[in-house]
Amino acid sequence: MISLRRFLIGFALVALLVAGAVSYLASPSPDGLDAATTRGCETVQTDTGEALVGDCIARNASAHHLSDSPLADYTVGGRAHLTGVAGVIGATATFVVAGGLFWLLSRARRNRTSP
Amino acid sequence: MHMSDGLINAPTSLLFVVVAALGLSIAAWRARSELDERTAPMAGLVAAFIFAVQMVNFPILPGVSGHLLGGALAAILVGPYTGMLCISIVLIVQALLFADGGLTALGANITNMAIIGVVVGYGVAVALRPLVVRQERLRFRVLGGISFAAALCGTVAASMGFVLEYAIGGHVTSGESTSLGAVAAYMLGAHVLIGIGEGIITAVTVTAVAKARPDLVYLLRTAPRRVEVRA
Repeated sequence: MISLRRFLIGFALVALLVAGAVSYLASPSPDGLDAATTRGCETVQTDTGEALVGDCIARNASAHHLSDSPLADYTVGGRAHLTGVAGVIGATATFVVAGGLFWLLSRARRNRTSP
Repeated sequence: MHMSDGLINAPTSLLFVVVAALGLSIAAWRARSELDERTAPMAGLVAAFIFAVQMVNFPILPGVSGHLLGGALAAILVGPYTGMLCISIVLIVQALLFADGGLTALGANITNMAIIGVVVGYGVAVALRPLVVRQERLRFRVLGGISFAAALCGTVAASMGFVLEYAIGGHVTSGESTSLGAVAAYMLGAHVLIGIGEGIITAVTVTAVAKARPDLVYLLRTAPRRVEVRA
């Protein structure tokens, strides 16, 4: 059995590889829910951008409050070719937040069981 | 499967913020018994791995894709309560940093993917777990099969969460593509296909972890009869 340390390092490298490189292979098509909510509509170009015409659920959708944020839509400053960089930032941020919370929760238990 | 803002009305969005907050409070309380010095960093990496894999949409139909939700995967590896927190953190990071999934829809998205997906996925995994104990030589394949079934069921159940929210607070009309029946049928069909992809990713990942470090697979570690899975 490989050591815990080596296993965790390997797992982290796999996560970074997927976020930083495999993410370029992602399908650009809408996912199942987006496809369901845009059924019945067509996308048309207007002066102000794209609009949905027809009868579909997504016509009620509003723009994201943070759609102007630097990493919006897994880009860096709107540059789609930097998806891998956005992915590495996101995976790292997720690890920091989740790891921090789980470390605190595991400490909470230790303090309770051995005061 | 991230909902945008506005698909369901404000009272329904608020209702599911409350549901999500209650669910996550219980999860944070109970996750303490799933976590220790060894499993806390593992659980953080599981969350990061799910974030990464969620970026890789795979095609399921012409012009339609799907991505991993990860509820069954997280629950099998690190436990159901920790798993709920993992998926929720992924969804919060996606909504706040990447503008993916609406802010007012965050409660509904957490309810669907982090609560329903985990509860159903982990429930199926636990129900099928005795099969691993009985099989001597085919343990990894059986574990892979269980992971596949758990992920498929969890994904379909999560998609039905959206249908429930649409039924409660969506602008349901009698249109050909906006009636409740049409939306439910399309969501079911699409998410059976997405669930197959989710099942494959989940089975491969769980089997790989079990072969390297079976002690890091929560589902095996907590079996009533100890499961010996040797690498």
